[in-house]
Amino acid sequence: MNKTKVTEYIENQLKKKKILLMTHIVCGYPDFETSYRIVEEMVKAGVDMMELQIPFSEPIADGPVILHANQKSLESGTTVKDCLDFARKVTSDFEIPFLFMSYYNILFKAGVDTFVKEMASRGLQGAIVPDLPPEEGSKYLSCMDEKGLSPVFIFTPNTSFERMKYIANLARGFVYCVARKGVTGLDTSFSDKLETYLQQCREAVQLPIALGFGVKDKSDVNFLIGKADIAIVGTQSIRVVEQQGLKALGPFIAGLRD
Amino acid sequence: MKNNENNENNQWGEPISSGTQVVGPYFGAYGGAFIPEILYSTIEELKEEFHKAKNDPAFWEEYKALMSNYSCRPTPLTYAERLTEHFKGAKIFIKREDLNHTGAHKANNVMGQGLLVKRMGKTRVIAETGAGQHGVATATMAARFGFDCTIYMGEVDVKRQRPNVFWMERLGATVVAVKEGTRILKDAINEAMRDWVSNMDSTHYVLGTACGPHPFPEMVSYFQSIIGIEARKQILQQHGALPARVYACVGGGSNAMGIFSGFFDDPVELVGVEAGGYGLSTGQHASRLSSNDSSIGVAQGYKTYFLQNHEGQMKETHSVSAGLDYVGVSPILANFKETGRVRFEAATDKEVIEALTLSIKKEGLIPALESAHAFVQAFKEAPELSADKAIIINQSGRGDKDIFTVADAYADPAWREFIIAKAEEYHE
Repeated sequence: MNKTKVTEYIENQLKKKKILLMTHIVCGYPDFETSYRIVEEMVKAGVDMMELQIPFSEPIADGPVILHANQKSLESGTTVKDCLDFARKVTSDFEIPFLFMSYYNILFKAGVDTFVKEMASRGLQGAIVPDLPPEEGSKYLSCMDEKGLSPVFIFTPNTSFERMKYIANLARGFVYCVARKGVTGLDTSFSDKLETYLQQCREAVQLPIALGFGVKDKSDVNFLIGKADIAIVGTQSIRVVEQQGLKALGPFIAGLRD
Repeated sequence: MKNNENNENNQWGEPISSGTQVVGPYFGAYGGAFIPEILYSTIEELKEEFHKAKNDPAFWEEYKALMSNYSCRPTPLTYAERLTEHFKGAKIFIKREDLNHTGAHKANNVMGQGLLVKRMGKTRVIAETGAGQHGVATATMAARFGFDCTIYMGEVDVKRQRPNVFWMERLGATVVAVKEGTRILKDAINEAMRDWVSNMDSTHYVLGTACGPHPFPEMVSYFQSIIGIEARKQILQQHGALPARVYACVGGGSNAMGIFSGFFDDPVELVGVEAGGYGLSTGQHASRLSSNDSSIGVAQGYKTYFLQNHEGQMKETHSVSAGLDYVGVSPILANFKETGRVRFEAATDKEVIEALTLSIKKEGLIPALESAHAFVQAFKEAPELSADKAIIINQSGRGDKDIFTVADAYADPAWREFIIAKAEEYHE
């Protein structure tokens, strides 16, 4: 298996940093201009990678904060094409890798091969599709492979070691390890149990591993150093912008690591 | 009746013909299991338990005994003599799922899943509900089996169907009014899914219709097939022959799958009737298989026809009946649309009230607004058929729950006065 650009990038960054940071935005929430400024602030504050979520009307894996952002973005008229154009802009303006995150229907309706081609032509490097299990994704996998993009798959605390190894075979880029049951944005307990789980994830796959769901502050990120390669901060940065405004975002992101 | 002998010799000693046709995960191009990874092992456990139960003849016997002692099964097949005279065509028979405990076919599915929950050793059940019938049925099952219960219901539906909410709460369920999205059935399903991905260890999701990820479409159809098994036996006894056509309303598709299951291998035309809302030309309806407004998509865990825009965002739907007001449809029925085994039609809100009026006046039957959609199409077609033919309408539920909506549709002044007086009474 050839390493994708995402994997190479992560390995290089890890020579410079103890842990990488990936953040998440919902495209077009609250509007595209603000989305752009959020990306700008995040990149300035040292974020290593970003997920751009294409809003979907039925986001079953997302908790209240991201769900709300999905709805508001759609209500203001965000289209998939707007998100692709936005991706083009940020991938040309900023150096870090960007990945799409969305639900499978968005890819399916566009046509999986068409959608993957669009992603590649806009400089995106991978995708996270939480309702597409590998069993249903053979076409997606081959299209992503053809373009050298990374289909990021998910491990969870409910995933058996055997299944982790099966998924590891198909995954590219890195593996997204979900910290706990439930949806995005709720509290996670950063405990010995989580450490054991991460050890198991590490053992199952050679790719870098990222941990997400409930990562909120510096102590969470510190906990993950040496246990995971990437800390994923999703909901919390949306909360910070909603509650404290855009100005608070840079200091929040910068304050997540020493 | 080409497979009649086989049918009579199946594992349950029942004339069921559905077995070979409704085995998932895929039904033609439709179905599948598009689930977040966190649910993988939960769904595997459910599949395993369901298949064990399905292959255990004692399980079906246990289910049948429960349904006959607790829920009036077998439900009658009623010959509608005055409606038949009125339309001067085929003999009209009505399968009385309204006589189930809790007033709808939903009981069949929930009691069956309740037995599975016991087998799995789980202690809590959750469900989505549109009209509230499935919610009441699930809350009832939870009370009967001693499970904790949470029901998710769109805020719009909570308002439309307060009496059902009242009963769910009395039955000990927590009812969560879902304020996300369009605040109807599909949003309640999303919210139930979110609960399930958090609490799967203790909790079973009692999905109410033949939709969702595998094994739900197959499993719900399996439990509902009891309707068709009975109906086939009953029509042969009462009419001496198979019916020419069988009519059922289609929301998610569970009552239709139930009654159709008895006739898949017979030369019987199967007709599914969807919610035509204000009319197909207005775009305000919930007709996935009888309009050209839907397309194939993947959402809520399965692949089927959805009412969605060209980029895959779900549209708002409209129907006078909360239970049919849904963007997706059973993948099994989507496949039967493609193979032509089932014909799909739509009935408008207005036609539904007319059919309801007629069946109340002529037969003293009050079908649910959902079921009344099937009556509309049957009434349209009965006169085309000769008097020696029979048709069956599935009366999937009873309509007294719809008193607020129906009274509004009739613009009944005395009812209005009563509500105002009642409201004033509460204000004091």
